[in-house]
Amino acid sequence: MSAAHETVSPGSARAARYVIYAALIFLALVYLLPLYVMLSTSLKSLDEIRGGDMLALPGDPSIAAWVKAWGEACIGVSCVGIKGYFWNSIKMVVPAVVISTLLGALNGYVLTKWRFPGHKLVFGMMLFACFIPFQAVLIPMARLLGAAGLSNSTAGLVFVHVVYGLGFTTLFFRNYYEAFPDELVKAAMIDGAGFFKIFWRILLPSSGPIIVVTVIYQFTNIWNDFLFGVSFSSGEASPMTVALNNLVSSSTGVKEYNVDMAAAVFAALPTLFVYIVAGRYFVRGLMAGAVKG
Amino acid sequence: MTTIEPMPVVVPERRKPSLADGLRNGLPKLVLAPSFAIILVFVYGFILWTVYLSFTTSKMMPIYKWGGFDAYYRLWSQPNWYVAMQNLAIFGILYIGICIAIGLFIAILMDQRIRAEGVLRPIFLYPMALSFVVTGTAWKWFLNPGLGLENTMHNLGWESFKFDWLVNPKMAIYTVVIAGVWQASGFVMAMFLAGLRGIDGEIIKAAQIDGASTVSIYRRIIIPLLRPVFLSAFIVLAHMAIKSYDLVIALTGGGPGNATELPSTFMYSYTFTRNQMNVGSASAVMMLMGITAIIVPYLYSELREKNQ
Amino acid sequence: MNIRMISKLAAGAAMLAMVAGTAKSAEQVEVLHWWTSGGEAAALNVLKENLQKQGVTWKDMPVAGGAGSAAMTALRARVTAGDPPTAVQLLGFDLRDWSEMGVAANLDDLAAKEGWDKVIPPALQAFSKYEGHWVAAPVNIHSTNWLWLNKAALDKAGGKVPTNLDELITLLDAFKAQGITALAHGGVPWQDGTLWEAVVLSTGGPDFYKKAVLDADPAALSGDTMKKVFDTMSKLRTYFDPNFSGREWNLSTALVIEGKAGAQEMGDWSKGEWLRANKKPGTDFVCIRFPGTQGSVLFNADQFMMFDVGGDAEKAQQKMASAVENPAFQIAFNTVKGSVPARTDISDEKFDDCGKKGMKDLNEASTKGTLMGSLAHGYAQPAAVKEAMLDVITQHLNGQLTTDAALKRLPEAVAAAK
Repeated sequence: MSAAHETVSPGSARAARYVIYAALIFLALVYLLPLYVMLSTSLKSLDEIRGGDMLALPGDPSIAAWVKAWGEACIGVSCVGIKGYFWNSIKMVVPAVVISTLLGALNGYVLTKWRFPGHKLVFGMMLFACFIPFQAVLIPMARLLGAAGLSNSTAGLVFVHVVYGLGFTTLFFRNYYEAFPDELVKAAMIDGAGFFKIFWRILLPSSGPIIVVTVIYQFTNIWNDFLFGVSFSSGEASPMTVALNNLVSSSTGVKEYNVDMAAAVFAALPTLFVYIVAGRYFVRGLMAGAVKG
Repeated sequence: MTTIEPMPVVVPERRKPSLADGLRNGLPKLVLAPSFAIILVFVYGFILWTVYLSFTTSKMMPIYKWGGFDAYYRLWSQPNWYVAMQNLAIFGILYIGICIAIGLFIAILMDQRIRAEGVLRPIFLYPMALSFVVTGTAWKWFLNPGLGLENTMHNLGWESFKFDWLVNPKMAIYTVVIAGVWQASGFVMAMFLAGLRGIDGEIIKAAQIDGASTVSIYRRIIIPLLRPVFLSAFIVLAHMAIKSYDLVIALTGGGPGNATELPSTFMYSYTFTRNQMNVGSASAVMMLMGITAIIVPYLYSELREKNQ
Repeated sequence: MNIRMISKLAAGAAMLAMVAGTAKSAEQVEVLHWWTSGGEAAALNVLKENLQKQGVTWKDMPVAGGAGSAAMTALRARVTAGDPPTAVQLLGFDLRDWSEMGVAANLDDLAAKEGWDKVIPPALQAFSKYEGHWVAAPVNIHSTNWLWLNKAALDKAGGKVPTNLDELITLLDAFKAQGITALAHGGVPWQDGTLWEAVVLSTGGPDFYKKAVLDADPAALSGDTMKKVFDTMSKLRTYFDPNFSGREWNLSTALVIEGKAGAQEMGDWSKGEWLRANKKPGTDFVCIRFPGTQGSVLFNADQFMMFDVGGDAEKAQQKMASAVENPAFQIAFNTVKGSVPARTDISDEKFDDCGKKGMKDLNEASTKGTLMGSLAHGYAQPAAVKEAMLDVITQHLNGQLTTDAALKRLPEAVAAAK
């Protein structure tokens, strides 16, 4: 459908393309501004930040702030930087993403290929779970985690993220598998393949795009979560966002903007990386069905 | 979706019932059961608990003592709550409207066989990857009249430039809209781009042969075909608008005064810092009712449509 | 993407997490606080090292942000889960509210042994004790009715320190004429409240403060004196710079330090900023009581409330409480933090001039009965009432409410929050 412009004359088509490129480049620059401010500030010295212009390029770029943020900045009484919290987040995100994605895939599979009476109600109820405001669940969640002995542990945090990610992952896979031809599944059944065999051999291998979408979505949300992190973990076991908040919004002291910004960039790197590397598959995955939900 | 009609079972073929068949029929439900049970307890159970709490006298921590409608009475006599509702209306309408407009606009531009699409797409998408815990400091700085954009423009020699929305109670909510749009419009763009890529090229070719101009092809054919994407985008954005919390806290902390209070910040502060947990719960119930009013009709129509 | 590899990694990570979770030594204190800045953390490190010498490990649980609001959320989650931290930094009425939940430890034996009753001011004890039992170890006493002046700017304006509100206005006009920001202020509700309570005390005196703020008397909250207070607030508002909204207090202090602003009304934690910038009281800056409030002290004290943790952890907890009240720690901590010791039997020789003045004022106010709790820091009213009052104060200061509307709204808001 991108051929829409081809009917117009070559000259005006070229002019139109210049306009399009100009508009896109302008918008891209606007979108990049906050990231630019973060990056350039993290490379400046404190004096330069105080005296200079926010948008100016660093006069004498230095990675001192980065080194400090990673390994020396004080968070509470220990001054070991944010590197430890980085791994805390990884330890939390990886299991939570894997488990919620796998469960979502199985749920989507059941809800489309093994339908039972009331499957729509079940799906509707699971979908509605996406919309609950997280602030409302903190206290009862804390109670149940405490009762289960999972309070203040990484396992507990993983569990919380799986619970509140299930609605989304189920939605993604359900819509994707909805479009998956039933005939293939039927044929496999006639060949005697069972429930799990059909899932592993037929559906999962062709689920690439939607797995990418789900993983990106879950990874970003869980990595960026602050509320659950601050409520259900503590001290040196806290995820990255909690440590970053401690660093940035410390209520007193000399404000080291460059270190704050460097720490923020570290906190952003994994999700940025995921979006940049997998961005292409993201649109493709959305095309493949998630959008229709 | 309130009625559970017997569905045409697509997959399992009905032959003679045997033990293996019984297992085969039961297994899918067994696989789904844990997830569903978790949702029942941790979503619906907690919602009921919140509703119950809103009828108690809970202050700092939950107290299971009946308080009747007192919390609701208090909620609706709080000037802050009205400010929060009004702000949500302003924020919600602008946020959803502008995100969809900009998202669609960029998606259409991106769909014109752009050479650098691989470079541009992540640029529009990346704000979605960052939380406001990360970008809040940069934003606050950028919007601050003395340090940010206004200062920069003054340095460049444009002395009369004024951009003090962040510190102006009447305008502060619009800075929240700006930052919100920045974060979410790229995601909306991706949804529209996916929608555009999914449209059958033949329809457009036929329209071109009929001599339709590019603008009218978009207006008459393509945009109407994107209707489902509009709806999805609306739902995604509406729920993000209602849940917006980090955004406000990072940018304004609800101020100046109470100019950027939203229901989500209201609920959090009454539950956790003002020791009026029953009022906080009552506001949560109101938020849930609002969400239900948007989501349930949507779910109902979506799930019905696919029935055909 | 290789699913099998990822799930292996996940299993490994989960194992690691479980191992880390089970390692919990007996002699350990877990401390929830929001002191995350360099200077504060350094002060707290003194305590940590003292405890380590006694074989107690320190498990740090810092939660910064929003003057402790994130920390309070975390605390609720931990208490609800039945797994409270050992000690928690708490202020004012929050101490009472938590004690009321029946989750406090009992420090009576320790307090009796070390004679806390005699050395800690009664106004503070009212919060450190619940129903006659010690539940918290006070760390320091801050006071909020201070005015911090840039010495150079003051000299240029004649060098005379203001002693009442009229003189303050004259001085601020002089600062304005110098082309600097007259009054550095950060537009955050608690800071607005800090300024407001100083103006209340200055306008109406200690008896009016008690009536209006401590008793929240509706007539006092809407009367003529209160009208004067709000008018003064509107007047002071005209001396702020345009960027004040949402600014953190230490950035306002920095403006005064750099000479970009003339004065700041702020608690004595502000002094920590001056000291870290290598400025000396008397030569670089001047600390005075907020004009018209000499003789009264509005206090805010950081306390470590001890939670009922039972068993072995209790021994470590008692050790920590004792270490907090240790005179050497009180000196080491408070000289860094800008506050004065929570016990009155400590010599002032290690403190600078502002610290000495603070200790003298405190003793005087304590004997005269004019040592009163700060509203903005939770020592005057419970959280619900405090926040309701701050709502009105901050909306008035930001021009959302007229003075008349504020006078009408203030008693209403208090009544609605009770």
